[in-house]
Amino acid sequence: MNERHTSDARWVRLVERVRSDKDQAAFGELFAHFAPRVKAFLMKSGADSSLAEECAQEVMATVWHKAQLFDPERASVATWVFTIARNRRIDALRKQRRPEPEDLTWGPEHEPDQSETIALQQESKQLGRALAALPQNQRVLIERAYFGELSHSEIAAETGLPLGTIKSRIRLALERLRQEMK
Amino acid sequence: MTSTINHHLTDDLLMSYATGSLPEAFSLVVATHISLCDECRARLAGFEAVGGAVLDEAPACAMEEDSFAATMRLIAQMPTETRIEAEDESVKGLFPKPLRDYVGGDVDAVQWRSLGGKVRQAVLPTSADATVRLLYIPAGVAMPDHGHAGMELTMVLQGAFDDDDGHFGRGDVEVANEELKHTPVAAPGADCICIVATDAPLKFSGLLPRIAQPFIGI
Ligand SMILES: [Zn+2]
Repeated sequence: MNERHTSDARWVRLVERVRSDKDQAAFGELFAHFAPRVKAFLMKSGADSSLAEECAQEVMATVWHKAQLFDPERASVATWVFTIARNRRIDALRKQRRPEPEDLTWGPEHEPDQSETIALQQESKQLGRALAALPQNQRVLIERAYFGELSHSEIAAETGLPLGTIKSRIRLALERLRQEMK
Repeated sequence: MTSTINHHLTDDLLMSYATGSLPEAFSLVVATHISLCDECRARLAGFEAVGGAVLDEAPACAMEEDSFAATMRLIAQMPTETRIEAEDESVKGLFPKPLRDYVGGDVDAVQWRSLGGKVRQAVLPTSADATVRLLYIPAGVAMPDHGHAGMELTMVLQGAFDDDDGHFGRGDVEVANEELKHTPVAAPGADCICIVATDAPLKFSGLLPRIAQPFIGI
């Protein structure tokens, strides 16, 4: 547990090294952790292994190129990688455009605030622990919603659970996560 | 900018947008709202953080042997991403950026079609699983009668409308489903422009259904 939890701040430093020094060793560490998870994520969404491999490489290449846009005050590295992988999935698997909100821009001079950054990384740890502590039947549905490219009604069709049960379990899970984050 | 927004996106919509399971048409309305609403932007960040935690806890699937080298080659081929420039405030029009991208410009670039009277619409190109359109309703005029079999998500861009659920001004969203019968009326003042996503075809009633409506209960 502890090892994983010290790593959040470490990922941030690695992304900073990619951004400022084009540091391939730092990128290699990010790659070793995130690429296999992105690949698994894409396979669970229905990609075969060669498409998942190709897309995971593209996601990691995007991580390299967008390192300067990563904002540690707003997201953990895992969350940022998740959003890139999700958008790649929508593009490659669903063949749809992904409308994104207008960016909030800090202006060119902005340096990330250390205490904000640390607070956010700590919240991410806490969220990870809370997610792991969810009752199995709630956690599985959350994972499917994020991983499986499934709407609630598609999960209902696949699991045979009534739609109302799925919605209420997801709602319960979200309430628990919110409680834990207070 | 957000102080005047009273009607926000539901958890359901924000989570579906975060997971990427929302049809493109609805995603466009969500992205347009978030562009104007810091509150929903923060809530979205929470739902995306859950995605990050799920990814981080996920079992890994081994990459190919030459994968890292292949990725470095890919990096060398890709154009370098430059920092996104803050938009010049004077460029900002009525439409937030995600909507401008679909219209191909601001409100003056919309290709309106008349729906009868002074009411106009413009359907925007998205994937076929849902539809999104801009509606132009002159101040004081009721929205065209329509039934919806599925979900309808409306956001006000200019002017305002009123219905049983309250007053909706710029940035406000209303989520309607088949149970909700609503007859929005554009408020006096500026003409009302809305963006509306529906996951079942909207059926605008002509004269006959308008007469039949009280009898068949559309
Ligand atoms: Zn909002």
